[in-house]
Amino acid sequence: MTTSQHPERPRPAAGDPLHGEAERSGVTQPPHAGHVVRARPEPGFEISVDGRPATAVPGQTLGAVLYANGIRSWRTTRIGGRPRGLFCGIGVCFDCLVTVNGEASLRACQTEALPGDEVTTG
Amino acid sequence: MAGCGDVSMKDLAIVGAGPAGMAAAVAASGAGLSVVLIDSAQRLGGQYFRHPPEGFHARRPGALHHGFARFTRLSDALGPGSGVEVRLAHRVWAVEKVAGEAGDGAVAVHCLVGARDERRETVLARRLLVATGAHDRSLPFPGWDLPGVFTAGGAQALLKGDLVVAGRTVVVAGTGPFLLPVAAGLAAAGARVAGVFEANGRFGLAPAVLAHPGKLAEAAGYGYRLARHGVPYIGGHAVIAAHGQGELTHVTVARLDRHWDPGPGRTIECDALAVGYGFVPQIELATQLGCATRAARDGTPVVAVDDGMRTSVPGVYAAGEPTGVGGAELAEVEGWIAGRAAAADLGGTVRPAPGLPRKRARLSAFGRALQDAYPVRDGWKGWLRDDTPVCRCEEVPYARIKEARVLGAVDARSLKLLARPGMGWCQGRVCGYAVSCLAGEDQQAPRRPIAQPVRLGDLAGDPPGEDPR
Repeated sequence: MTTSQHPERPRPAAGDPLHGEAERSGVTQPPHAGHVVRARPEPGFEISVDGRPATAVPGQTLGAVLYANGIRSWRTTRIGGRPRGLFCGIGVCFDCLVTVNGEASLRACQTEALPGDEVTTG
Repeated sequence: MAGCGDVSMKDLAIVGAGPAGMAAAVAASGAGLSVVLIDSAQRLGGQYFRHPPEGFHARRPGALHHGFARFTRLSDALGPGSGVEVRLAHRVWAVEKVAGEAGDGAVAVHCLVGARDERRETVLARRLLVATGAHDRSLPFPGWDLPGVFTAGGAQALLKGDLVVAGRTVVVAGTGPFLLPVAAGLAAAGARVAGVFEANGRFGLAPAVLAHPGKLAEAAGYGYRLARHGVPYIGGHAVIAAHGQGELTHVTVARLDRHWDPGPGRTIECDALAVGYGFVPQIELATQLGCATRAARDGTPVVAVDDGMRTSVPGVYAAGEPTGVGGAELAEVEGWIAGRAAAADLGGTVRPAPGLPRKRARLSAFGRALQDAYPVRDGWKGWLRDDTPVCRCEEVPYARIKEARVLGAVDARSLKLLARPGMGWCQGRVCGYAVSCLAGEDQQAPRRPIAQPVRLGDLAGDPPGEDPR
């Protein structure tokens, strides 16, 4: 797996709402696409993932926020204990079920992140 | 927007606010019908015109789309002055025929509203249009459940809807022209796309593309963008396995023969894979109402419609992918036709538009050529190992499918009863195609009396429109 920044993309400043805590702590993150659509995102807000902060852009889904913060799986299957995250991305497969504020079984790809959301993985 | 408990009767309810549903809403309301347009998403556009939320303030929201101006026109036409009632974040879990006001039939559309504190609402309408689109058609292969493996549409949705790139180094694989915009978008967004691996030939569609100037320009555009980013587009190859400890780190790519039996593989490092083998139309709302289906060119069950997009059930129409996979442009044309037909059937005045059926015929022919050029061949079954999960929800490995076959399960239904593939959360939407293939039977129309997971309390028959809590 490549761990360096993409050569064409400048490293974002800390606090850039498109790049959250994980970037600052060195976790591998995917590049963001804001430049393609010339986005000027609103100031991001924070959610927490197992007590650690992650940054969201208003309107982003929880799945996108987790992914953008370098988190690729957030539950394990009940039989094989296999890690699962996003797969279909459009609400069909239910692989991305996530626990938020104690409520289990929300689809991360369909649920907008809200300020103060507490995501529990595992 | 009408609140909870609203049961006023509309002329036309449209489920699905993609190109077909939006066009139908504009056409029908323009002809004087009262229209309610329902979608599970937070924004109009469906999968094809999925776009970022307001919070991004994108100055070029259509930069990742082909033909975004069409969406903008439809969206503007559905503005406050249009009279169309738009209900977003409404997931339809059931539709049923009910008695209408004047003895004629009507349709009740049962919805769950909101992603978190969902409440129940029922929309009543004299006519229903099913414009529910399609989702990716998946094939199982070793490692396909690793985090980092996406459907092609999933990687595209994350990019177009949330501006998040699926990975730093991405492999795109599967079959069909949809792989090209997915790869081009990821490359434009800054991912290194290590390759696009088309299981069929790269130029299978060339004769049909040459006959459609618009499609030719679109294909040339993707070709140019892939070349500019140095992305190789390789035919006759597939990703036959994904690998990694806990998440994807590399894939095995192999050359395929014409049956899709793989030759020796080679390894490509990547942290994301976007893989899709065509599309499955979402037709369960139509089949809930008993609409007749037919087998599309590739055997996929689709809703049978006449030249006004009327299904076999009076008062129920279908448009877009549910009537046969053909892409967004065809879906929009079918939406125009359906909206106008519904208006005419309810006594509205609709001026003739002979260009629409002609355009539909031309684009449908292109859709059929597409299915001919990008089939799924049987050799993929040889990619499976005993421990490969076939059903992701119920974690059914290939070995259990084989055991069930030995025990006499020779159709998808008995396979499901014996080995439980398709019995989980997704109700077989993801593995249904593969399970039918493994059972050796034709694709069957879905039988899902409930189209979305729903709480038992909602099922228990509280009066429609009342919040049970």
